[in-house]
Amino acid sequence: MQTVTNPAVIDQMTPVPFRVRSVREELSHTFTLELEPPNGAFEFLPGQFTMVYAFGIGEVPISISSSSSNQGTILQTIRRTGAVTHALGHLKSGDYVGIRGPYGVPWPMDEIKGRDLLIIGGGIGLAPLRPAIYHALENRDDYERVVVLYGTRTPNEILFEEELGKWGARTDCTTMVTVDAADRGWNGAVGVVTRLIGRVGFDAANTTALVCGPEIMMTVTAERLMEVHSMAPENIYITMERNMKCAIGVCGHCQFGAKFICTDGAVFPYPEVEELFDVKGV
Amino acid sequence: MTENNLVKALAEHEFFADLSAESLTALASIAEVIEVEPHTMIFEEGGHADAAYAIVDGSVALEMNMAHRAHHIVQTLHRGEMLGWGWLFPPHRWAFSALVLDTTQLIRFDGEKMRSLWDEDREFGYEMMKRFAHVMTDRLAATRLQLVDFYADRY
Ligand code: FES
Repeated sequence: MQTVTNPAVIDQMTPVPFRVRSVREELSHTFTLELEPPNGAFEFLPGQFTMVYAFGIGEVPISISSSSSNQGTILQTIRRTGAVTHALGHLKSGDYVGIRGPYGVPWPMDEIKGRDLLIIGGGIGLAPLRPAIYHALENRDDYERVVVLYGTRTPNEILFEEELGKWGARTDCTTMVTVDAADRGWNGAVGVVTRLIGRVGFDAANTTALVCGPEIMMTVTAERLMEVHSMAPENIYITMERNMKCAIGVCGHCQFGAKFICTDGAVFPYPEVEELFDVKGV
Repeated sequence: MTENNLVKALAEHEFFADLSAESLTALASIAEVIEVEPHTMIFEEGGHADAAYAIVDGSVALEMNMAHRAHHIVQTLHRGEMLGWGWLFPPHRWAFSALVLDTTQLIRFDGEKMRSLWDEDREFGYEMMKRFAHVMTDRLAATRLQLVDFYADRY
């Protein structure tokens, strides 16, 4: 076993206590923590993540789901899937968590100024996209068309439903939601999210797609964008998830082919990860 | 709607894109435009499938009745899509019910006349069959993704 002695690394590995201001139940297994940084401000960019430490239990990488223009508090939307996320789900207002970060490559919001944005989320994958949506809407003149497409299993599992409604009510943001299955009474679309792509119609040459969801959803979406809608792969960005430990490119836990998800991603242009999607066990 | 307008409406529908004027005119001769109010059932599961529909505008839900779950929506169809192919093959029964969600404009084709048209002009029939096959494979692929739990947990 190796011992880390580099002070710079130790410093980056030390969590900072953030106070829980509020806990919001989003869906049956999904909640959002509103966290206050100790010095009153926390700078990050849309698409970045933090390592969230449940004291005495462990750490998990969680994307920031709030607006990067609001540094007074950050929101982290979490699904209860294991011991750490269950422990985080038991926190109450006034409790503390440890935070390291922010980490990772953000969505390329500056590089894609002047283009149409096609933002496609699946399931809880809408959480890492929400800061990009906020950024685009807060800096509306920087982008041409803004389209948000969201797919999830059922009408009961629509994340940020109220906000999706608000975005959809804006005249400068096209928003469409679809579910895999519903009963009569649901008046929206039923079918996978890729079926919405054909309905919005877009200029492939002037559009950048930001896609987040489970890997199969991102692969199928990217293929559809390229093969059916002639979008160039370099105009498609996705965000990857892997087990992470250090989040600073030291431990190798998040290795994905030749890449480290924590420092080379988690946001990647599609061509950088396309081949690896097909490799089993990577 | 006059036959000329019907030909124009067909030409603008993506399913019929790039068909010859002659083919569009033949299709228009067996078609009519109908407007359907929300909550109207266009056809019912198990019923006699006697027509094909092209959605010009609006939305339609395909429903299935299952023992434990009545009125389960399996897919919705929208502007530019085709609705129903039960009329194509015996026993000409609808596999789903079709319920209108928003006010919907449809082009309705008589199923029997459509089959005759294709039989009379096999080249045209082959072209139409290819287009329907494409729609069917596309829907099948989408349905498979619905079945594999496309949105299984992330994080
Ligand atoms: S998590 Fe340690 S290298 Fe990425």
